[in-house]
Amino acid sequence: MAILEVSGLKVYFHTRNGVVKAVDDVSFSVDSGETLAIVGESGSGKSVTCYSLLDLLPKPPAKIEGGTALFNGHDLLTCSAAEMRQHRCNDIAVIFQDPMTSLNPFLTIGEQLIEPLIYHPNKDQVTSRAEAKEKAVALLDEVGIIDPEVRFDCYPHEFSGGMRQRVMIAMALITEPKLLICDEPTTALDVTIQAQILELIKKLQETRNVAVIFISHDLGVVAGIADKVMVMCDGTIRETGDTDNIFYKTKDEYTKKLLAAIPEGAKTLPNRCNTDEALVEVTNLKTYFRNQAAAAKDDESQFVKAVNDVSLTISRGEILGLVGESGSGKSTLGRSILQLAPTTAGSVSFNKQVLTGMTPKKLVPWRQKMQMIFQDPYASLNPRMTVFETLSEPLLYHGLATQKTIAAQVKTLMDDVGLAQAQLRKYPHEFSGGQRQRIAIGRAIATKPEFIIADEPVSALDVTIQAQILDLILNLVERHNLTMMFISHDLSVVRYISDRVIIMNRGVIIEQGDTEALWAHPKQQYTQDLLSAIPLADPVSERNRIASR
Amino acid sequence: MNNSSSETTVMPDDQGTSLWQDAWIKLSKNRLALFGLAVLVTLILVSLLTPLIAPYGYEEQNLDMGATAPSLQHWLGTDIFGRDMLTRIMYGGRVSLMVGFIATAVALVIGILWGATAGFFGGRLDAVMMRIVDVLYALPFMIFIILLMVVFGRNILLLFLAIGAVEWLTMARIVRSQVMSLRNQEFVEAAHSLGLSQWTIIRRHIIPNTLGPVIVYTTLTIPSVMLLEAFLSFLGLGIQPPESSWGLLINYGVETMEEFPWLLIFPGIALSLTLFALNFLGDGLRDALDPRTSKD
Repeated sequence: MAILEVSGLKVYFHTRNGVVKAVDDVSFSVDSGETLAIVGESGSGKSVTCYSLLDLLPKPPAKIEGGTALFNGHDLLTCSAAEMRQHRCNDIAVIFQDPMTSLNPFLTIGEQLIEPLIYHPNKDQVTSRAEAKEKAVALLDEVGIIDPEVRFDCYPHEFSGGMRQRVMIAMALITEPKLLICDEPTTALDVTIQAQILELIKKLQETRNVAVIFISHDLGVVAGIADKVMVMCDGTIRETGDTDNIFYKTKDEYTKKLLAAIPEGAKTLPNRCNTDEALVEVTNLKTYFRNQAAAAKDDESQFVKAVNDVSLTISRGEILGLVGESGSGKSTLGRSILQLAPTTAGSVSFNKQVLTGMTPKKLVPWRQKMQMIFQDPYASLNPRMTVFETLSEPLLYHGLATQKTIAAQVKTLMDDVGLAQAQLRKYPHEFSGGQRQRIAIGRAIATKPEFIIADEPVSALDVTIQAQILDLILNLVERHNLTMMFISHDLSVVRYISDRVIIMNRGVIIEQGDTEALWAHPKQQYTQDLLSAIPLADPVSERNRIASR
Repeated sequence: MNNSSSETTVMPDDQGTSLWQDAWIKLSKNRLALFGLAVLVTLILVSLLTPLIAPYGYEEQNLDMGATAPSLQHWLGTDIFGRDMLTRIMYGGRVSLMVGFIATAVALVIGILWGATAGFFGGRLDAVMMRIVDVLYALPFMIFIILLMVVFGRNILLLFLAIGAVEWLTMARIVRSQVMSLRNQEFVEAAHSLGLSQWTIIRRHIIPNTLGPVIVYTTLTIPSVMLLEAFLSFLGLGIQPPESSWGLLINYGVETMEEFPWLLIFPGIALSLTLFALNFLGDGLRDALDPRTSKD
């Protein structure tokens, strides 16, 4: 019998602007020892579905309008608050997306781990502190925390992102739940860490025979670990089926669209770079930050070496991919090249002109020629400026337009990035993430730059939107004859878009080369690890990979 | 708001409006805010025209009459010296409103500029600027005012400046903390990469985004400034009778509250009405200046 059986679940949000059907008539079931992956883009209702089972939704505005969710025969939707606490304590656990914010920074991880055991609502199930600690330490060991006895008394900030997610997993498992809900547990993690965490979840599930609901927007991530996949869109189920059926034999148009949107394979457009003329030259660039935490004033530990002695050249017309995990210094390198971060040593030259050491005033004409596209389209637009103001600002400031011509010029820009002209007077919050990124791209190309640095421009976007924005970027590069440095942690995206790739780690360049050559024959161990950790939307090869470890 | 009409004639309709134009459109749809604005405008007009429309002179006494309850001759009654209360409240409003607006305006301008500069540039400049604020905070306010009065003599304008010079400290701190969180936002970095000058960035991208808390704090500052003036006057450092202000009238009213309640009630109503109007207008402005609230 299925451990969880949801049927006809309806969750509506009653907002001021009317009723939003976040989840509309959703039914599914999970068995013990089975993994159900719920896949969908943002706003598909995948998280709302699971949160409604645990009564974690804000009510109002959310309201459960119908359906049942039988957990071992008890309906989770109608049970009392006390019963729900019992379920949360004993039976169902959740792992949240962001390990940085889901642990309390003021308590040691040990204290947080044993919390559900020593403050159990059932008096007869309360365990003693010593017993609870013993159990927690054993569990920390099991999820791969080295030195668990010592780490038990550490605070969350003393752990890295991946380690925190391991702690979160231990926290979820400590009550020995029968159902584990994972809400995008690897989205905030680097690709190599992601592979490790996925493996860990798979392994723990098999040894403990728990049912897992795995929520993700990324089909590649679920391919290797899911038994069943449920695809959701706009609050309804598009398709449910065996993993292999979904990936290889889907009939649903939306699923096909999702699968097609995953960037795969090499860049299809030819390399436009046909000269050896270097547009950007970086020589022995160093960007250090003063380490606030360092107590000793000796020269070495006083600085965080974000970019440490990097030299590279970018030829006119090429798209250079810059890949690295978080903390590799890739964003700082981008900002240093654009003179947005103060450099410590070395030089950056653009079109043979040395930029490092220039005064802000002298840089202004050069800024016009180098632009940046930022990661988070929600933060990169001034919320109090309309699209028109945002797009006209660079044009007017650099004297590229007059009050008479500005209207026409902004409209051309809107056409260029695929926005409707009627939206000129709207504010950023009235747009979706993809549209906002289009506005940000419009602002970057407004001054007709020769060189653009795109810093993770698609990593905050849904996969179908991501594909559209990538195509837009390729299209603009082609049309406006741009040179681009494309920074990303996502190797598939970088392979799809760039002619040449640089792999960076801990502030230094590990390896560089033409994209396809590097993919085929990575020379460094680090590159090989990175490439082998990319999740592919191919269940058979993914399962083989996990099994082979 | 004046140049809005000329701008719209240059721009075709679909080009959008500036934040301020949008704010005005939204504000004009907010009835409470409009009511507040109307009350304030009326009060200001009455204050300006007081010498022309006041029924009596503000120092005209009728000692035989003493304190009388409201009547047809004296709509709001008379005080213990037989002076007409309506007249005194009208004259008092001139002083109170002037203190409220001028001192707050002084605090606003210095506070925003100081706070935004310190927060935006950070580092050593920020440290120095904020230590100055700390030092001024630590100075006992009364001593500061008394010193000013002793050195420059009792002067009403000086009083405004002195109050403003104290109130800006909190404003500077509020603005600074706002700016520090805005400074690292990507849209500010985008402005840097467009080559905009520091001042342009502060003016166009930073200050408009700090407006919410600033407006709320301003609507709280104006009444507190008015009461501060009353306190100073009570101590003999501000306005002296026979001149009047609302705060002063309230203070004297409290003394005779039990025998002659109208001496407290009417100036109290005048002050409360102003505070209500300010709060409605402040809330309306805050919403109107935030594009995230809907236009309808």
